[in-house]
Amino acid sequence: MIEAQGLTKLFGDTAAVNGIDFQVKPGVVTGFLGPNGAGKSTTMRMILGLDLPTSGSVTVNGCGYQGKVWPLHEVGALLDARSVHPGRSAYNHLYALAAANGIARSRVGEVLEQVGLTSVARKRAGGFSLGMSQRLGIAGALLGDPGTLLFDEPVNGLDPDGILWIRTLMRSLAAEGRTVLVSSHLMSEMALTADHLLVIGRGRLLADTPTAELIARHSDARVLVRAADTLRLSADLRAAGAQVTLEPDGGLGVNGLDSVRIGEIAAANGHVLHQLRDVTASLEEAYFRLTGESVEYRAPGPGQQGPGRGPGHRPDAKALEVAA
Amino acid sequence: MSTHAARVPRAGISLQVRLRATARSEWVKFRSVRSAPATLLAAALFVLVGAILMATGYRNGWATMSQSERTSFDPVYTSLSGIELAQLLVGALGVMTVTGEYASGLIRGTFIATPQRAQVLAIKALIFTVAAWVVCTALSFGAFFIGQSVLTSPAKHVAIGDPGVLTAVFGGGLYLTLVGLLSLFIGVLLRRTAAALIALFVLLLILPVAAAMLPSKFSSNLAEFLPSNAGGQIWKLPQSGAYALSPWQGFGVLAAYVAVTALAAFVLIRRRDV
Repeated sequence: MIEAQGLTKLFGDTAAVNGIDFQVKPGVVTGFLGPNGAGKSTTMRMILGLDLPTSGSVTVNGCGYQGKVWPLHEVGALLDARSVHPGRSAYNHLYALAAANGIARSRVGEVLEQVGLTSVARKRAGGFSLGMSQRLGIAGALLGDPGTLLFDEPVNGLDPDGILWIRTLMRSLAAEGRTVLVSSHLMSEMALTADHLLVIGRGRLLADTPTAELIARHSDARVLVRAADTLRLSADLRAAGAQVTLEPDGGLGVNGLDSVRIGEIAAANGHVLHQLRDVTASLEEAYFRLTGESVEYRAPGPGQQGPGRGPGHRPDAKALEVAA
Repeated sequence: MSTHAARVPRAGISLQVRLRATARSEWVKFRSVRSAPATLLAAALFVLVGAILMATGYRNGWATMSQSERTSFDPVYTSLSGIELAQLLVGALGVMTVTGEYASGLIRGTFIATPQRAQVLAIKALIFTVAAWVVCTALSFGAFFIGQSVLTSPAKHVAIGDPGVLTAVFGGGLYLTLVGLLSLFIGVLLRRTAAALIALFVLLLILPVAAAMLPSKFSSNLAEFLPSNAGGQIWKLPQSGAYALSPWQGFGVLAAYVAVTALAAFVLIRRRDV
């Protein structure tokens, strides 16, 4: 269990983390989601006692990290996979960590086996690929068989095999009753891995909900329609009270009417429909809606439009009518 | 589905057990990379080859030296003069003992495993001190005996039992160890290898030259208290009247530099984010 209360970190005048409260509970994978620069890594470093909070506090199992005597038995962490002396072998890197917490030397071989690095245990870590370094970092996190695990952007730069392996590992660690906190800026990855989400933007906590609930709450049912006469259908649907937007591919996105009602209206007005489809909003859409205002660094997109941010930002069909 | 039992750390841990674990970890780190033996080997080369070259040069040139040059000739300093170069290598090793971890980011892993940062620094410094002292003292004695065996009559030479000689030869190892330790703490303060090495070179090489360029009234007083000049007194035979600081006083001044730097390092390593 990780608990933060009023956790704040200022760098100069800038609040990297701005008074956030949360609990990370055991038994589920908790995703820590936010754009780059949102404060995820700073929060993780504060949990691990590396950065000291400007105010507020964060504890693991009820105790601040700097007060722990043998922390690796309680907490395992993967921060930056490349945090290894390039000239030291994988085995000695892990042995030094184990020795610091009185962990038996035999455990080094076990975790190397678990992450599949046994064959390169005596090789210099500087020659490892990113995937291998990531596995070495995870081996280090597992050394003390800890009840709490923190992974900072664990799938960055991994190939599909590696991503699947990490996803499976995190889910099985949580299934064993451990507390698992995974940060990521990839919402698609979190949708597959996390049961619960903490969404952070510009240092503030934007959401603290189960993943499924977040998707449901921050998206609305939309229907995608393609018709022979897009303009006339758009006018008919709007007359029936729907909000209609033009999709980039020429279809219509409809909010406010379900597919049954749209079909009936189309039939009544003699439309030829090419496609009628319910669209379930993705976590990505929910995420953009939440963090849209809190993205720290953004390049102006084509036509000064930010990255696609849900139906509200699509060009209105009305504009097309005027142009026609 | 099995349930992971919440782990309770072993009860009744004494500081001694914790320190031993930190020491074992730091020792594994120290011996599992090649930088320490490689740097110390290079230092050995400078010290031992330096002894042969310098002693040979003075023996061959003895006939052409003036009387005053012969009087002020220090056979111990001549044998040990490779220390002037070796100190840069031992210093670099001290710097990189710390900055290497900052550069790779390993320092985070170290502090995640051992949040007691002051303890980590103390153990690191201890291991470095012991390793550097053993190797450098051996080198100092080796260079002395090589030098004296080359300096045959009529060139002036001394025996290890002569007044002040044993102190000077021991002092060579002590001086190098303290320079390395000073560098290690500078490494903690600056955290970056390049910055710490530059600071070290300025302190050991550039400041003594700069001080010598000042008007002599200031320069002799000021220069005497620079770390390398003050500390260097201990591995030379005392010259009457030339210097105000005795060998041990000079060494004490260098030790004071180390102590002040260490104090700043211990305060900052606990306060700063990593």
